Amino acid sequence: MKFTLVILGAPYSSAASFSAWRFCRAALENNQQITRLFFYADGVHNTTALAAPPQDEIDLPAQWSTLIREHNLDAVVCIAAALRRGVLDEAERDRYRKQAANLGAEFSLSGLGQLIEATAHSDRTITFGH
Amino acid sequence: MSTLHTVNKSPFQSQCLYNCTDLIAPGDSLVLIEDGVYALKLGGEERARLLNAIKQGTRVYALNADLQTRGLDSSWAEIKTIDDSEFVELCCKHQRIQSWY
Repeated sequence: MKFTLVILGAPYSSAASFSAWRFCRAALENNQQITRLFFYADGVHNTTALAAPPQDEIDLPAQWSTLIREHNLDAVVCIAAALRRGVLDEAERDRYRKQAANLGAEFSLSGLGQLIEATAHSDRTITFGH
Repeated sequence: MSTLHTVNKSPFQSQCLYNCTDLIAPGDSLVLIEDGVYALKLGGEERARLLNAIKQGTRVYALNADLQTRGLDSSWAEIKTIDDSEFVELCCKHQRIQSWY
């Protein structure tokens, strides 16, 4: 069965991100397909490559990156939500003349249309709310 | 067509659970996740409200990892404890997923 996951919570401010990560891992272990991960609203904070939490704490942005890389998942970040919160890829850094880009290599910035398309091509869509 | 509902807020903090149980239909399932598992601490009238939904034919589950994180155990015979894999299975079994948060 094909799943789309919508992640609305930032790491550390709610349990949404960790719940979604656990669900994603369990779905893959049960041979389900993940059509797309869609990071929206505060969920975009999961996609920064610059998070540096203490070593004895779970590093959710890194855990997401690893899961996406290992399973070759499609991970889309809402561009409007990301720009507002200072999550930029290199193209947006140049466009807005900012000092740095911080979007993890495993993620891509795109629009809400990608969420609609993923939902249309999935059997189930599950939202992990803040 | 049946729906799987998730509630991730404590009923001591939010109306999510009651918004859900007011609308839930017989044959639907409800999975208590994150702080939603604090529903197991309900007593009195609020507890009766949740039990009523179960009596009407809604199955209620609590995510075991979230219970353990909060030092709770499932003390209700009516609420089954499930792991992450069983949560995924329930999502496959129902045609839609409605998250309350």
